Amino acid sequence: MSAVSPPRRRGLAGDVLIVTTRELRPVAADPFSLVVGLIQPLFFLLLFGPLVVSGTTPGTAHPWAWFVPGILVMISLFGTAGTGSNLQYDLQDGSHERLLVTPLARSSLFVGRALKEFVPLVVQAVVVVLVMVPFGFRPHAGGGVLGLLLLGVLGVGIGSLSYALAIAVREQDWMFWTVHQTVLFPLMILSGMLLPLDEGPAWMRVLARFNPLTHVVEAERDLFAGRITTPEVGYGFLAAGTTAVLGFLLGLRALRAATH
Amino acid sequence: MISTSHLSRTFRAPGGEEVRAVRGIDLSVAREETVAVLGPNGAGKSTLMRMLSTLLPPTGGTARVAGFDVRTQAPQVRERIGYVGQGHGAGHAQRAVDEVVTQGRIHGLDRAAARARAAELLAALGLERLARRRTQAMSGGQRRRLDLAIGLVHLPELLFLDEPTTGLDPQNRDNLWEHIIGMRRRGGTTVVFSTHYLEEADRRADRIVVVDHGRVIADGTPAQLKQRHAGDRLTLETADPASAERLRGLVAAMDGVGTVTRRGAVVTGRAADGRAALPSAIVAARDQGITVVAADTRLPTLDDVFLELTGRSLRDVGEDPATGAEERGGPVTGVKDREGPTTCAEDREGPTTCAEDRGGPATGVEGGDRVPGQAA
Repeated sequence: MSAVSPPRRRGLAGDVLIVTTRELRPVAADPFSLVVGLIQPLFFLLLFGPLVVSGTTPGTAHPWAWFVPGILVMISLFGTAGTGSNLQYDLQDGSHERLLVTPLARSSLFVGRALKEFVPLVVQAVVVVLVMVPFGFRPHAGGGVLGLLLLGVLGVGIGSLSYALAIAVREQDWMFWTVHQTVLFPLMILSGMLLPLDEGPAWMRVLARFNPLTHVVEAERDLFAGRITTPEVGYGFLAAGTTAVLGFLLGLRALRAATH
Repeated sequence: MISTSHLSRTFRAPGGEEVRAVRGIDLSVAREETVAVLGPNGAGKSTLMRMLSTLLPPTGGTARVAGFDVRTQAPQVRERIGYVGQGHGAGHAQRAVDEVVTQGRIHGLDRAAARARAAELLAALGLERLARRRTQAMSGGQRRRLDLAIGLVHLPELLFLDEPTTGLDPQNRDNLWEHIIGMRRRGGTTVVFSTHYLEEADRRADRIVVVDHGRVIADGTPAQLKQRHAGDRLTLETADPASAERLRGLVAAMDGVGTVTRRGAVVTGRAADGRAALPSAIVAARDQGITVVAADTRLPTLDDVFLELTGRSLRDVGEDPATGAEERGGPVTGVKDREGPTTCAEDREGPTTCAEDRGGPATGVEGGDRVPGQAA
């Protein structure tokens, strides 16, 4: 055995695959963490659902068709918005630094992490959908698949923003959670994912129009109901895609600034 | 393997002040050498290591590592080096074996080769039973050995170890070094490590580079540094301070003895040949009617070298956390500019007290020759 630095020629996609696989490994080794992430949305379904079912069900054939897509977006929001804290931990304890000294493309460290959000999110969403089928939720097959894809794109975007925030405030983890809590709840309420905003005050409806989550929620409701070609679906993908691109750009910029 | 020219790094502190953590270092390291970068916290050694390993871009000068420029050819450098930083290299939620395999894959090993290499390394480092354990459930010593496995999986030409044994107990320290040396011998890897443990640098390095305030203040083998910068240390204790002061004058007048100081009843000095100087000093004291109650000479240590070069004891300054801001690569806030070495600290008690005069006569120092005290 003698010192030989092996030849290493791999493209960005290969690097991203390595990073994503590495990030998914702890999830695969401990799937229980996915179940824990489902507790809150399942409570919402259990406790909020009956209220919605017996009360307002705006513009849908079945109340679950209105409520379940909103819960799926909530999983995407809460499941990925806090993921930056893992990166913050890695930044502080040295494991991220170790990866910076490897030949991995710097951008792959970020993109690979962000793409990892896709898998657990979709798994969780599938579980929620399957749980709700016995209660009368009837998702459209093709629309449902597109809905999961949309959720994944949104999750990657929010995860990227979370990573960008984590890098930007890496020395102050309290700041991460302060921003996290401050931003998340207004976004959630102003998206109409749990309660309809149609009867709300005008200012709320105006703010909701500028909230990308609103468009994703509306798109999800259309997709799971089988209305695949509505403008809302287009706006939803546009909002999720823009979030993802913005998250990538901000995250890569933060990473570059942090390493210089 | 490494060649730097006027390598510098300046940080901007939060108040806008410019802090020069590394100031124009010229350094060369030959293939298969083991080099220790020694210095107190805040000296700039970690900043130097981070520049050489491409973690931090230099703000001045040049550095070539394994034949490539760290600034313009960083990816090529990263392909050829291993790095064990001060923190934990393995992700806390990852299993030990997965991290080693992933590192191998990152460096281009195919899956089978990476697994085989990981198994070999984990066995060699005594971690085979912990291979499937999450790293957060491993002890500090185990995690350090895992970091080493990660750093070595791709058989790097050059391995950087940034304070690899900080926080480990002596047994774990020795254990880790056994592995590093064994693997270095087998692999022919060049090793550059930073430390503020004097004994570690003395025992493990072919060559020591002493860094202080961002500059290289000495460079050579441990033996060369001791010979060049320290000399044997003499310690004589008298019955009272008054006679000690007389003895100080006597010893200072002896040929081949220098830097003679007194603290209380204890006189210390440096001699080119301590074994010869000590009996002469005792005889001279007896002739003057001075009672020497204890006397000792010992070989110089690296701390003596550091003291000689800077006027400070590395053992003391090494424990000062206030000056360590740049050790993690962040802005430095506590380093002041300082020109040239001084030999005595001014802020100690008494006008003739030097930094090394702490705690009475030296007794039982390793490698030393003890001469029994004599009564007049």
